[in-house]
Amino acid sequence: MENIDWGLVDWSRAQFALTAMYHWIFVPLTLGLSFIIAMMETIYVKTGNLEWKKVTKFWMTIFGINFAIGVATGIILEFEFGTNWSNYSWFVGDIFGAPLAIEGIMAFFMESTFIAIMFFGWNKVSKNIHLLSTWLVAIGSNLSALWILVANGWMQNPSGMTFNPETVRNEMNNFWDVLFNPAAINKFIHTISSAYVLASIFVIGVSAWYILKNRELFLAKRSIILASVFGFFAIIFTIGTGDGSAKVIARYQPMKLAAMEGLYEGQTNAPLVAFGFFGSKDENQPNMEKFAFSVKIPSALSFLAFFNSDAFVPGIKDLVHGNKEQNILSYEERIEKGKIAIDALLAYKNAKKTNEIELAESSLKLFNDNFEHFGYGYYFGKDPHLLVPNVKISFYSFHIMVILGVFFLLLFILTFYFGFKNKLENKKWLLWLSLWTIPLAYIASEAGWVVAEVGRQPWVIQDLMPNIAAVSQLDQSSVQITFFLFLAIFTALLIAEIKILLTQIRKGSHNEEIVESINEGGNK
Amino acid sequence: MFENLSHLSLQQYWWLIDSLLGALLVFLLFVQGGQTLIYTLGKTNGERDIVVNSLGRKWEFTFTTLVTFGGALFASFPLFYSTSFGGAYWVWMAILFAFIIQAVSYEYRKKESNFLGKKTYEFFLFINGLLGTILLGTAVSTFFTGSMFSVNKLNLLNLSSDRMPVISSWETPFHGLEAVWTVDNLAFLQNLALGLAVFFLARTLALLYFQNNIDNEEINARTKKCLKINSVLFLMFFLFWLIRLMFIEGFAVNPETKEIFMEPYKYFNNLIEMPIVLIIMLIGVVLVLLGLFMSIFKGKDNGIWFTGPGTVLTVFALFLIAGYNNTSFYPSTFDLQSSLTIENSSSSHFTLTAMSYVSLIVPFVLAYIWFAWRAMDKKKITLEEIESESHSY
Ligand code: HDD
Ligand code: HEM
Ligand code: HEM
Repeated sequence: MENIDWGLVDWSRAQFALTAMYHWIFVPLTLGLSFIIAMMETIYVKTGNLEWKKVTKFWMTIFGINFAIGVATGIILEFEFGTNWSNYSWFVGDIFGAPLAIEGIMAFFMESTFIAIMFFGWNKVSKNIHLLSTWLVAIGSNLSALWILVANGWMQNPSGMTFNPETVRNEMNNFWDVLFNPAAINKFIHTISSAYVLASIFVIGVSAWYILKNRELFLAKRSIILASVFGFFAIIFTIGTGDGSAKVIARYQPMKLAAMEGLYEGQTNAPLVAFGFFGSKDENQPNMEKFAFSVKIPSALSFLAFFNSDAFVPGIKDLVHGNKEQNILSYEERIEKGKIAIDALLAYKNAKKTNEIELAESSLKLFNDNFEHFGYGYYFGKDPHLLVPNVKISFYSFHIMVILGVFFLLLFILTFYFGFKNKLENKKWLLWLSLWTIPLAYIASEAGWVVAEVGRQPWVIQDLMPNIAAVSQLDQSSVQITFFLFLAIFTALLIAEIKILLTQIRKGSHNEEIVESINEGGNK
Repeated sequence: MFENLSHLSLQQYWWLIDSLLGALLVFLLFVQGGQTLIYTLGKTNGERDIVVNSLGRKWEFTFTTLVTFGGALFASFPLFYSTSFGGAYWVWMAILFAFIIQAVSYEYRKKESNFLGKKTYEFFLFINGLLGTILLGTAVSTFFTGSMFSVNKLNLLNLSSDRMPVISSWETPFHGLEAVWTVDNLAFLQNLALGLAVFFLARTLALLYFQNNIDNEEINARTKKCLKINSVLFLMFFLFWLIRLMFIEGFAVNPETKEIFMEPYKYFNNLIEMPIVLIIMLIGVVLVLLGLFMSIFKGKDNGIWFTGPGTVLTVFALFLIAGYNNTSFYPSTFDLQSSLTIENSSSSHFTLTAMSYVSLIVPFVLAYIWFAWRAMDKKKITLEEIESESHSY
């Protein structure tokens, strides 16, 4: 522990962040578009209108292109837990591996089996079986989101487990506590609904482009109405559960909340920063970012976090240095106690080996008394400010996400209203706005994960395992090599995906493949 | 139901499930094998399209099985997951890269403006078929020949040491690649033999699959020719590996003290001491040979229905002798006592119980996969069939 290889830790983090963020470029479109397609096909089956079949097939082509690369980027994440976070995998494999395995058995097989029927089964199975398969693809992909988010929720707020001193690891003792962890529930609903928002914006934006080009009007107008309704309900859920997530954070990850809000001095009636910019640092306070400008709403943070405008919201300083009045232990004290816990556990293990029963018992008690600070012990002798996440990144990404969320709500209302009134053609500004909102949806979505993941640094598992105790024993240079390999390959694949996507969109739904396949009769 | 089982029974149950998944994975590698044959079997663009589409409707299963195999190992034997993946870093990373490039290749190969060009995606498929099979085979062989790692759980608690608090360390700088040049006990021969055996097995299975799945005279004629060479090469490498395995020392566990020691003829003994496993293996081998015989000498097109299940049974039995009967399934040649067994590397009783309940849905999953394959494979693949679909690779 004297020689922490910080370079190794940082490169491993960078590699995980890189691959996760690439995965997340593709996943939300899969999650949302699969439902949109299923709804479209339902309309086709109900009405028998071949135009709707064409619409369905067009969006399915887009789905397929995006899906393939989502799969390619996903496999790497799963194995990265083993390759780059090996200590972590062992320490919590019991709790974390289970959802991952369930995801494979329950979700991925469902997705990949029925996707084959969805794409190639038009002429092979009945209309209803085909429709069912399309719905099962949607359900399967959303189930894959469930399990991985349960796993992530658990990392943010470990529950349903006990530490077993015999095996020196965390073991699950209640499966339902893991599944119904409040962090996991909010996370799941927030994440999948945000994915529906993104997919709706994607569909609306592409359709808007068609209307601007005066092409594919049937497809474009119907798609916009359907996506606006879907997106509207989704964004309501997104905002509701986003607020829910913030409340969960206030309770379990106060440091993350403080970083998201750039709050250094804790206070009652804490104001919410609606927006702000950080200025240059004050030389006397190297550990503090200062706002150059900010708009604050009085007491709103206290209210939003705890339903009580008088509630005390701890700031970064209260958490690092402690606050006696509010009964907050300082990080210095927690580090001391964490060290006691770790040493006591070691003493216990050694005493067991040499059969010193009394020493074993007293060590175990000491360990249990200090266990809640366990992870802090790894920072013994180090600056407690290392336990503060990056405030600027957390703050900006959080605020960008929230502001965009409110904007999306307005956009869905407008596109639905004008789409429903059939007045979109002469609302050029709205069409252009819709088109340019597509990248914003991706930004909001990635920003959300940056808040969640950067904000919890350095904890891989909140309060239990910091990233320095989670990594694999590798050379920094090995991780650098794989980092750049991933960067190169994923970037190349991303470029390929975008180019193919744009070409398919340019071709529209009247291309030969789709038209011919429909004229061939398709399913009976 | 499961909660009443002992921890050891649950560990054995999960080793069984993981072995089954591993065996299915090896069978499904026929997709990879087929990818190395696109140009051998398809001389025109149309013919190559047929081959690619025939594989393209199956590749997801192989991929998903690999993912699930990984997830199941993670959940049931986390110490293996962390030791092997974190240690043999380069081997696993190479395998993963081979699979990343596969996943997009089917979908993007023929799409307009696909940036890298059709040839590149076909090359990706080839690389995946070549590296994916050889490396996986080599990695599995180390279950019997051992690797250079050490495990010390107390590292996590030793704050005053001058090392990182990591419990498993790989003790060579090559992080797993050394499996192909370790001369001790001729391990490199053994490992490479299995790698190549898996490669030729995958190609053999692919050829049998094509016979059953593709309706095209030229391709079928070439398939026949290829099958002979590939099955002979497969049998050569595999038999070499298997026979040698029967004679080498194995990594045994003393059931009382849990100490690991070297036992002569360990894997042979395992077969003799577990007659059921021996029978499974014999049935497997017979089925493999039967399928080959019927295809090569009787001109039948259903060899895959024998050789496929035969492969599953044989590989299943091999995994069982690696982990059952007081054997270390992931041995360390660096420090014998660091070797992993199903007992010392598993999850807790609770987790294994919970996961066992989840495993009950596996038959249901297999049932709908069966249904889907039946529906999709009713008719053999022809060029006309591919062209009549709006989605093709
Ligand atoms: C289109 C995308 C999108 C939009 C418009 C929003 N979010 Fe979000 N947000 C996400 C996409 C997202 C996400 C990518 O899905 C995240 C990442 C991790 C997670 O649980 O969901 C996320 C995380 C996330 C977190 C952190 C959760 C954690 O650390 O566990 C909070 C507190 C919020 N969001 C709050 C909000 C609020 C109050 C919004 C109000 C408008 C909002 N989000 C809109
Ligand atoms: C797909 C969406 C996700 C994105 C975009 C994402 C993003 C990130 C980012 C930006 C980091 C780096 C934080 C830092 O080091 O400062 C990170 C780290 C990490 N995330 Fe995520 N994350 C995602 C999902 C998940 C999920 C679902 C899990 C677990 C189930 C997870 C587990 C981790 C781990 C283990 C690390 C590395 C350890 C660490 O640095 O703390 N991530 N992620
Ligand atoms: C770090 C954590 C993550 C890991 C280890 C992971 C793992 C994987 C793997 C292995 C695949 C390929 C599956 C296949 O064989 O078909 C995949 C695809 C997928 N993942 Fe992830 N994933 C992570 C994060 C997420 C998150 C956060 C979500 C959603 C909220 C998600 C949703 C999906 C979906 C829907 C797919 C299907 C393919 C696609 O979207 O294109 N994943 N993931």
